Amino acid sequence: MTWDANLHVGVTTLAEPGAAPASATRELSYLEAIRDALRYELRRDPSVLLMGEDIGVYGGAFKVTQGLIEEFGEQRVIDTPMAELAMLYAAIGMSFQGFRPVVEMQFADFISTGFDAIVQFAATNHYRWGQPVPITIRAPGAGGLRAGPFHSQCNEAWFVHTPGLKVVAPATPADARGLLLSAIRDPNPVIYYETKYLYRSLKGPVPEGEAGLVPIGRAALRREGEELSIITYGAMLHEALNAAAGLEQAGHSVEVLDLRTLKPLDEQAILATARKTGKVLIVHEANRTCGVGGEVAALIAEHAFAYLDGPITRVAGPDTPVPYSPPLEDAHRPRAETILAAARQLLAY
Amino acid sequence: MELPAELLTRAHYWMRLTRALDERGTFLHKQSKIVGGYFSQIGHEALSVAAGMALGPDDVAAPMHRDLGTYLVRGLHPQRILAQFLGRVGGVSRGRDANLHGMGDLSLGLIGFISHLPASTGVIAGVAHAFKLKAEPRVAMAFFGDGGASQGLAHEALNWASVFQLPMVVICENNQYAYSTPLARQMHIEHIADRAAAYGMPGVIVDGNDFCAVYQAASEAVARARAGAGPTLIECKTMRMRGHAIHDNMAYVPPELLASWAQRDPIARMEALLRDRGLLDDAALTALLAQIEAELDAAQAAAEASPYPDGATVTEGVYAV
Repeated sequence: MTWDANLHVGVTTLAEPGAAPASATRELSYLEAIRDALRYELRRDPSVLLMGEDIGVYGGAFKVTQGLIEEFGEQRVIDTPMAELAMLYAAIGMSFQGFRPVVEMQFADFISTGFDAIVQFAATNHYRWGQPVPITIRAPGAGGLRAGPFHSQCNEAWFVHTPGLKVVAPATPADARGLLLSAIRDPNPVIYYETKYLYRSLKGPVPEGEAGLVPIGRAALRREGEELSIITYGAMLHEALNAAAGLEQAGHSVEVLDLRTLKPLDEQAILATARKTGKVLIVHEANRTCGVGGEVAALIAEHAFAYLDGPITRVAGPDTPVPYSPPLEDAHRPRAETILAAARQLLAY
Repeated sequence: MELPAELLTRAHYWMRLTRALDERGTFLHKQSKIVGGYFSQIGHEALSVAAGMALGPDDVAAPMHRDLGTYLVRGLHPQRILAQFLGRVGGVSRGRDANLHGMGDLSLGLIGFISHLPASTGVIAGVAHAFKLKAEPRVAMAFFGDGGASQGLAHEALNWASVFQLPMVVICENNQYAYSTPLARQMHIEHIADRAAAYGMPGVIVDGNDFCAVYQAASEAVARARAGAGPTLIECKTMRMRGHAIHDNMAYVPPELLASWAQRDPIARMEALLRDRGLLDDAALTALLAQIEAELDAAQAAAEASPYPDGATVTEGVYAV
């Protein structure tokens, strides 16, 4: 039992639109899909190892790594001291000697403790002296779980701004698995933002084996439409899809683009949807200022200006820490209703 | 224990080469051929050469900006170092990184240094951890200083090395000043090596200007690590004989302190020892210095013949493919 378990009141089951269910898929929760990817890579590649606080014997604060130390042993599933900075530096050192470490930050919030290792060292080695750094940093982020300012952060923009890093943020179980496989195999440092809110609240079909590989840098069109594009990622995808369904009932045709990778952005997909509908609503849970949405908006303004029929609009968390008390957190975290209101305004423009 | 003549003679060459290359860099900076910052390591030749020589060919080191000797001993050619200083394509970082930063080449067991000391301790803990996981009889060595000792990472990495009993040697170069900050403002203890006890590892204090003392301490620590007995912290007491970087006139250092350390110059001491043992005379020293100058002339010519990088390549290499 984890502390968040009873907060998941309902479970959404996702049907992957467009994707014909291959014979080899299973119905997995978002959390199970992450674990499945870790197990698959540990079995496939002896150079893969896991490191983190409480990930071995205890199975992880959220039980993502449960059962893995039993299968792979303490040489490959390593419980560490509570020292994110040393852990990340050590992961880089291990990667210099042929390992592909996957490091779990217990919460994405704690990644700041290891900041130097990521932005100063991991991100720059290849540019400076040609040395690849194939490490994956799992960052369980975002809110909605009443976890307060230090267990709810969406801090992905810190790393999207840093040359040399890749940043992914899967929103579905299939992508949670597929992007983690790609992250582990990538020769660069990849920050993998997994959304705690979706761990147990979301289930969906997940391919097996190599079929499920999701390339880094490719967005996914989750819903096609004509009048408005919602561009989003992470848990907000599901809020956006709910909003789009509501708008459809009101007779509007709305497209939803799931970025999936935040660095490098899929510029082609972003510009294609902006040019198609001419109205763009960007939605993210992270706070607004200098968030990923700002970059997406600038990209569209630079390259698709002539196609726009309304102001590029952002729905984002306000520029505050993520508050604890339910009414405050609900006011902080965008939901389908917030998105609907902004979308109606933009549609009427 | 008396060290073999051949080893001392070899060490003498490396120490003299280190100082001559350091001075060559200073000269090129005065000529404005080297731009930006430049770091001298004068006073550190004994410890950087000794620690480097204590390692085997398959071991890995993460030296910093005062450890020019370690880079040379590990096999990094002066030509590549000078081309690096000059910002040329032939430099270790192909013009990407400045002065001694980023001079990494894993084929020589060298990790590229970053300014954020003591990053070396953390990354070397990972290298040592990899050696242990693979059950390879290899050792990883980190270098940091009295300033870096105040950073949290020094604690995290030493603790990590001890918890996992890693084959790791940590060389702390206590050179009295971190930029302008004296030891007394850095810590309220006399010996950084005393902290080793808190991690459950041996802490050794040596005269960092005495090649033989550093070599023996480092060799013992390397042997211990290789035998699976875990990490060692070695504190080398030394003095930074120049400013933090070339712009710094170090007016904050009492002249009598510098004068007293000048009496303990590591190269002078090495040469006194060699003369005592009949391994060096004036003629041999003159010949050695001439040989080193000729080597550096050739290295400099080759480095200057290397082109500057093309500005159009500025975005190349951010990502591995």
